[in-house]
Amino acid sequence: MSAVSQTAVPAKRESSRAWRKLKANRSSVAGFIIIIFFVALAALAPVLPIPDPVVTSWSAIRKAPSAAHWLGTDDLGRDILSRMVWGAQASLMAGVFSVAIAVVIGVPFGILAGYFGGWVDLIISRITEALLAMPFLIMAIALAAFLGPSLTNAMIAIGLSAMPIFVRLTRGQVLAVKQEDFVEGARSVGLGHLDIMLRYILPNVTAPIIVQATLTVATAIIAEASLSFLGLGQQPPAASWGSMLNVAKNFLTQAPWMAMWPGIAIFLVVIGFNLLGDGLRDALDPREN
Amino acid sequence: MVQMPVYIGKRLLVAIPTLLIISIFVFSLQKLLPGDPIMAMAGEERDPAVLEPLREKYHLNDPIPVQYVRWLGGVAQGDLGVSLRTNQPVLELIGQKLPVTIQLAVMSMFFAVIIGVPMGILAAVKKNTILDYIANLVALSGLSVPNFWLGIMLILLISVNLGWLPASGFESIFVDPVRSIQTMLMPSFVLGTGLAATLMRHTRSAMLGVLSSDYIRTARAKGLSPREVILSHSFRNALLPVVTLSALLFGELLAGAVLTEQIFTIPGFGKLIVDAVFNRDYAVVQGVVMCTAVGFLVMNLAADILYVLLNPRLRATL
Repeated sequence: MSAVSQTAVPAKRESSRAWRKLKANRSSVAGFIIIIFFVALAALAPVLPIPDPVVTSWSAIRKAPSAAHWLGTDDLGRDILSRMVWGAQASLMAGVFSVAIAVVIGVPFGILAGYFGGWVDLIISRITEALLAMPFLIMAIALAAFLGPSLTNAMIAIGLSAMPIFVRLTRGQVLAVKQEDFVEGARSVGLGHLDIMLRYILPNVTAPIIVQATLTVATAIIAEASLSFLGLGQQPPAASWGSMLNVAKNFLTQAPWMAMWPGIAIFLVVIGFNLLGDGLRDALDPREN
Repeated sequence: MVQMPVYIGKRLLVAIPTLLIISIFVFSLQKLLPGDPIMAMAGEERDPAVLEPLREKYHLNDPIPVQYVRWLGGVAQGDLGVSLRTNQPVLELIGQKLPVTIQLAVMSMFFAVIIGVPMGILAAVKKNTILDYIANLVALSGLSVPNFWLGIMLILLISVNLGWLPASGFESIFVDPVRSIQTMLMPSFVLGTGLAATLMRHTRSAMLGVLSSDYIRTARAKGLSPREVILSHSFRNALLPVVTLSALLFGELLAGAVLTEQIFTIPGFGKLIVDAVFNRDYAVVQGVVMCTAVGFLVMNLAADILYVLLNPRLRATL
């Protein structure tokens, strides 16, 4: 996971400049278009003229790509294109929801640690450090294993594993913003801690969090695919790109197309989020000016 | 340099609370378990007269804090419990599997370094040229491709279609070195590419930082050839963050090994945790997580010490 700038920027003034900069960055626009394409695909899955993704057909087992089945069929005769489209839902949802979990838990703890300092910081930082010592995927596997295999549990596991990154990032940002004059000012007019944290600190630490969240969606999508590939995520017959690969690896010689498409899709979506994340970082990083 | 042991001692002390928190987390994992481990172990057996003594034997009837303290006491003495499946001590199991994964990790690191570092230098020296863009694109692709899928594709191409390398299997390097390296080539390449991407990005930015510094300008001004400037002046200093990063990447390596070993059926550390997950052998899962965390902390410490040793300015502040 990439490091993010350490400097805070006054929120509103910077946003239109950042937006212009982002639009001028061709690779982040490309990333954005890739993401929109897959989001549209996932959202339109129910209305697209594609076969039911879970209906099996014994007469169409492991058929190579053809006019009837553009991407071929799988070991149970299901249409791969259809499963890919529905799988996009699972992958994108996993990416976004797990990052949402990480942000919703991680950011408040990061703000508390940075803002109050002292023993609050000590406890939160120690726990964060301990959690960071466990590699992301190993922790997600362990959690998914103990919670039981399902897409929801995989999302929870990935979210919890990604959470410490956001605690640490937010804490660092808050430490910098806390010193600013406007926070001192807010304090001197007698605003409460909660008001200061929500109205003055939070808006000024969001930029690097957005960047990190975008990049973490990419990591989370790969993590979901990995867990589903191991059988710890999406359960059959529902489709996810990772679980499709899990089945596909058993038919490499007979039906190589089964393994190709899901991997290409994961690669494209992940590169989309990485491009957008990198572009956002450049656009939001004041040091680049 | 006299202060070095003091520095290491301090760092070790700081690691103790971290380890305790990790141990609480690892211990509480088993309390999340939906099924009953004794049931899983007993298989078809449902007779309470059989199950109860087992529960007693594994102290599952004690209050949770008591279970934790007992477990921690064992862990501190290297007793990570016994595999419910094979009845082997967990530490022994890990000890058997670890050398396999270490071989995989070392070979992957080799690929990562020989691909990532030169690419990073090239990209920095040729900043904003087509070479830089290509290097960046390759790195970004390396970061974005799921390495287990890359493994599947390589098996398809190199093993199935071309028949150049075996698709799976493992041979110890001490028994048959040639075969051992053959079987590990593809897995370590797969695992190494993702790390190469990270290394490339860090080498590039470290090199860019160094290339714009005053002493490089001086070196250029006094007429040194670009080759000398890059290799003997810039690279050595840019290497600093890269070396420490490599140590930190070992955590990522271990995690990546889980999937790579699964695909190439390599009987290592990663395969151990996955098999344990499916066998509900939670002592093994816990043991693996605990050992990984300890390993990560040790690598972290090593990285910090290395950083201080390599940087004369930091050494002076000790």
